[in-house]
Amino acid sequence: MTRSDRSTILDARAMSRALQRMAVEVLELAEGTERLILIGIQRRGVELAQRIAKLIEQDEGMVVPRGALDITLYRDDLEVVGPKPVIGPTHIPGDLSGKHVVIVDDVLYTGRTVRAALDELTDFGRPRRISLCTLVDRGGRELPIQADIVGLVVKTGPGDRVDVLVEELDGRDQVDLIRGTPKEVSG
Amino acid sequence: MNVTLGKDLIGLASLSADQLRLILDTAEPFKEVSERPIKKVPALRGKTIVNLFFEASTRTRISFEFAEKRLSADTVNVSASGSSVAKGETLVDTAKNLEAMRIDMVVMRHPSSGAAEFLAKRIRSNVVNAGDGTHEHPTQALLDLLTLRDKFGRIEGLKVCLVGDVLHSRVARSNIWGLSKLGAQVAVCGPHSLLPRGIEALGVTVFEHVEEAIHWADALNVLRLQLERMEAGFIPSLREYYRVFGVTVERLANAPRNLTIMHPGPMNRGVEIDSRVADGPHSVILDQVTNGVAVRMAVLYLLAGGKLELADAAKRGGGAE
Repeated sequence: MTRSDRSTILDARAMSRALQRMAVEVLELAEGTERLILIGIQRRGVELAQRIAKLIEQDEGMVVPRGALDITLYRDDLEVVGPKPVIGPTHIPGDLSGKHVVIVDDVLYTGRTVRAALDELTDFGRPRRISLCTLVDRGGRELPIQADIVGLVVKTGPGDRVDVLVEELDGRDQVDLIRGTPKEVSG
Repeated sequence: MNVTLGKDLIGLASLSADQLRLILDTAEPFKEVSERPIKKVPALRGKTIVNLFFEASTRTRISFEFAEKRLSADTVNVSASGSSVAKGETLVDTAKNLEAMRIDMVVMRHPSSGAAEFLAKRIRSNVVNAGDGTHEHPTQALLDLLTLRDKFGRIEGLKVCLVGDVLHSRVARSNIWGLSKLGAQVAVCGPHSLLPRGIEALGVTVFEHVEEAIHWADALNVLRLQLERMEAGFIPSLREYYRVFGVTVERLANAPRNLTIMHPGPMNRGVEIDSRVADGPHSVILDQVTNGVAVRMAVLYLLAGGKLELADAAKRGGGAE
């Protein structure tokens, strides 16, 4: 570790407000809940998809189908030497054909995770539309991929790290930006 | 978790408990892949795997082939008959020739104990042992472990008895290693002529009567009685074997708890196992077959890959976020 500088860019209240706004935007984008399916990317994306789905359900009184996607087996860096990433469960609620799928992830960075998610979702059916919703967009794209709905945009460099904490897994809601740590290879 | 498997899977004797858990935990999400509308993920795209079978096998070869195809690997099957092996080519020559065609992995079954390790030391490709002589059959034991863990939620503390021809069984050997390392209590039961001398040294209990095993165990793994054994004089007759060691409904009715029944297949119904037991409510024999594909996918996935230049590239940047 070189010098590191940690700052909180979203606290629990700010994150709650961001998620509420994102839920409204998801609903607008999907024009209601009729065709909507939320798919969270393992791991934090799954929890965030749950939150957004619940917020929409509270407003609309309709059940929003939600699922989980682990993209490990679709990654483009499986050739890398060393321990293989742990694979989480994938659960897709029913047939995706004709549906509006909203992919939910915690951080959008290089875009490689989303590329893998798009490939994997296509193997489950032919959605009418796929949108991307992410809590933090930290820039640094390596592929032509953009989010439709973003909680917070933050400028970062390759040496920085963005840590998303969610209450379900980490005990509290918070997003931290850590400046100047060496780049993580996995994750 | 920083556990890896290394280059080859030869047997469970050389694996640590953490490595065993890594394989079982990795197998878990692979079960779901086989339930998808498109039963395929691109993890091993571009890898070439040769299934080199010097001994007849249907279930194991097909299970490996499904696992390979569902990981998007390209596969070639080579069997001893009708190949250069029948013309007297040595094992190493066969493998070196295959390697010259740029393969990535070899899945091998061979009648000689130690053949898998022998090959693994001489070729660069990953080697997966699909059964070597009476030595080990690691993926069979792994699928047995996964099936037990599914059923009981744990391996530690379970009482598992292997019943039948332990002497000639590579399945039994791999099971004893795997179960003991994960903290199960292991027993064997069978005719004296079919139990290896000094097996207690592996830390297993020996039961002379199948009734005692049934009284003690949570699960029985009923081994296949190879019919050649009768001709070789190990047992007097198949009917006598069934009468003394057969796992029957009547015998299980006296058990203090419901026993989970496993069998590595192919079964000899009416020899080592009663049809009513094999098809009964406590049989997990077909779950074993389903889990076999998931476990083999996990092993292939964990062994595959490992190009150093790509690791360096990832360290410089360019991995997924």
